[in-house]
Amino acid sequence: MAVALFIPCYLDQFYPNVAIATLELLESLGLDVVFPTDQTCCGQPMANTGCNNDCAPVARRFVEIFSPYETIVCPSGSCTSMVRNHYDDYFEKGDEKFQHVKNRTFDLCEFLYDELKIKELKSDGKPVRFPHKVSLHQSCHGLRELRLSSCSENMTKRENKVRGLLDLVEGIEWCTLSRVDECCGFGGTFAVNEPDVSASMGRDRIADHVASGSEVMVSADMSCLMHLQGLIRREKTPIQVMHVAEILAGRPLPS
Amino acid sequence: MTQVALPIVDRPAEKKIKLDHTNAARAFVTNPDRAPWHDESLWFVRSKRDKQASIIPEWEYLRSLASQVKTATIANLGDYLVEFERNATDAGAVVHWAADAKEHNRIVLGILRDHETTKIVKSKSMLTEECGLNHFLEDNGIDVVDTDLGERIVQLRHETPSHIVLPAIHLKKEEVGETFHEHLGTEKGAKDPKYLAEAARGHLRDKFLAGEVGITGVNFGIAETGGVVVCTNEGNADLGASLPRVHIACMGIEKLVPRLHDLGIFTRLLGRSATGQPITAYTSHFHGPRDENSELHIVLVDNGRSKLRQSDEFRAAMHCIRCGACMNTCPVYRRSGGHSYQATVPGPIGSVLSPTRDLKEHKSLPYACSLCGSCTDVCPVKIPLHHQLLAWRKEIGFMNLLSYDKRISMKAASILFRSAKLFSFAGWVGRKALKVLPHWVTHQRFNTWTIARELPKPPKESFRSWYAKNRNSETPKG
Repeated sequence: MAVALFIPCYLDQFYPNVAIATLELLESLGLDVVFPTDQTCCGQPMANTGCNNDCAPVARRFVEIFSPYETIVCPSGSCTSMVRNHYDDYFEKGDEKFQHVKNRTFDLCEFLYDELKIKELKSDGKPVRFPHKVSLHQSCHGLRELRLSSCSENMTKRENKVRGLLDLVEGIEWCTLSRVDECCGFGGTFAVNEPDVSASMGRDRIADHVASGSEVMVSADMSCLMHLQGLIRREKTPIQVMHVAEILAGRPLPS
Repeated sequence: MTQVALPIVDRPAEKKIKLDHTNAARAFVTNPDRAPWHDESLWFVRSKRDKQASIIPEWEYLRSLASQVKTATIANLGDYLVEFERNATDAGAVVHWAADAKEHNRIVLGILRDHETTKIVKSKSMLTEECGLNHFLEDNGIDVVDTDLGERIVQLRHETPSHIVLPAIHLKKEEVGETFHEHLGTEKGAKDPKYLAEAARGHLRDKFLAGEVGITGVNFGIAETGGVVVCTNEGNADLGASLPRVHIACMGIEKLVPRLHDLGIFTRLLGRSATGQPITAYTSHFHGPRDENSELHIVLVDNGRSKLRQSDEFRAAMHCIRCGACMNTCPVYRRSGGHSYQATVPGPIGSVLSPTRDLKEHKSLPYACSLCGSCTDVCPVKIPLHHQLLAWRKEIGFMNLLSYDKRISMKAASILFRSAKLFSFAGWVGRKALKVLPHWVTHQRFNTWTIARELPKPPKESFRSWYAKNRNSETPKG
């Protein structure tokens, strides 16, 4: 299967290792992966600020770039949700290119779990191991817009796809949070518009992870982790962050 | 002797320039005691709600049903209102119609003056808060006593409720002790909740006995029977409506349900969503006045609801049954407190409703939200709250109400993202700058991100640059 990588703008520029891990993980599963180099951003910052006119050309450009590909995979629930759930404003209902992109854009975890249905993970022929205490930060858009797992408000039981994949990794010792799916306070431009509330939410989130005994918090969205890591590094909190792709690709805990 | 009509004092609403939510919230959220304590208190309520919801196997079905009933009721609201008026009148109630807050207040004052009364006891009603009834009545010489404990506390402190179900949730028991010491003569420094509640009970008992007219809100009006239903935990509405001879029930027109049969869907959802109780302690039905010497007045209030009904985008906000679950779950509300919203109804639903009244005045509220979506999933009547908040942002952008810096930065971002070359170049400049500039230049107060956080450590190259070097598109890696 041929797959186009959709790498969120901030990952491309600041977290290339997460993008490389995503690429190598997909390649290790035998996929033919390409990175369309014309891509930039899905337009979410503009859309979430209410600047639809500024978002529209970016969204249309995105669809032009990705419509030739059969499947589009993105290591971010939030950016995936933007394309799937919020692009309708910018396209005519019958736009076939758009409908194709909307229907065929997947978050990395749902792609591995639902489409490929992977049952084992190997890196260089050996089972992937991550012998550490890990806590899962469930990003809100993955959770409540893509339904990657059950959320605590909603009584519909769903499989936890991120956890399901990480359970294929050997050696993980799970740490349980007191608030399993509380928002970290990133929220895109919210982090800048409401800095006090955002930082307060982030500190509380980190405190919950630390109190669980976790060494590393893992998430399917690097944007939440970028905000949390910023707070962790400022306050020198003893915990690390990793994107789920890094662990699935067999990367060690950063030293 | 001809009676001289008393003049009506009707102060024009004070138009204050509102702070944006960010600034209004600052003192609360940066207070190291208050914000975590407020957050914990509300999280406790939400946890109780989760437990209650989880033991009802058909919880999600109930939510869908409630949402459907509301959609159908609002679609045929005119017919149901007429049916309600007919049945309520047949039962002996007097139904009044108020187009707006001013008319509502004048109707209530008119009834009070007809009965030559100056003492009223009032149970909790967000509608009367919305209409500014207390101030209006006080300006016209009426002594208004709020009988809900939380409401009475904030009334004594000349504050407004900070939550629609838990009006004094922003106050600690020590603060309540101080207020009661000042107004009710309780011991100085008292903070025992039982002692304070007893003091309030004694104080309110006298007020109930002296009250000549009782005013209540309405949780549900039933078109089929013309009855109104009032839900409380303290029984204060029952005392207030039953001791005096005259009961005035103030009701927003969206509070209707078609049939008595439908009520159970909502009462099952209301108590559980609001406070995590299986049902409110008192769910009282009023069908007409209680005897031939009594009167029941029902004031039906529009006050912008018809306008909201016209809106395809925001109509579902009329489903709201005022349970407050969206506030309890909202991580922003929990940390910033209800007063930071500077509106009668705070939290997610308030941030949807307030802009329907005055978008310019409340334009910061749709941004007081991280778009986490928890409110949408907790809402018992399925209002897509976070999508509506996003829709308001679009409206704000469309109406050109965005601040200059947001407009310019998003325009710049849009231009940047239209060219991969420009985007890569800007990224390269950003990474280089982070590497070479001293920390104090990149981390200063004009960069809001860095007030509390470090910027990411710049990697040596972007992914696209790595990809160009490590993957040749002509020889795809097999």
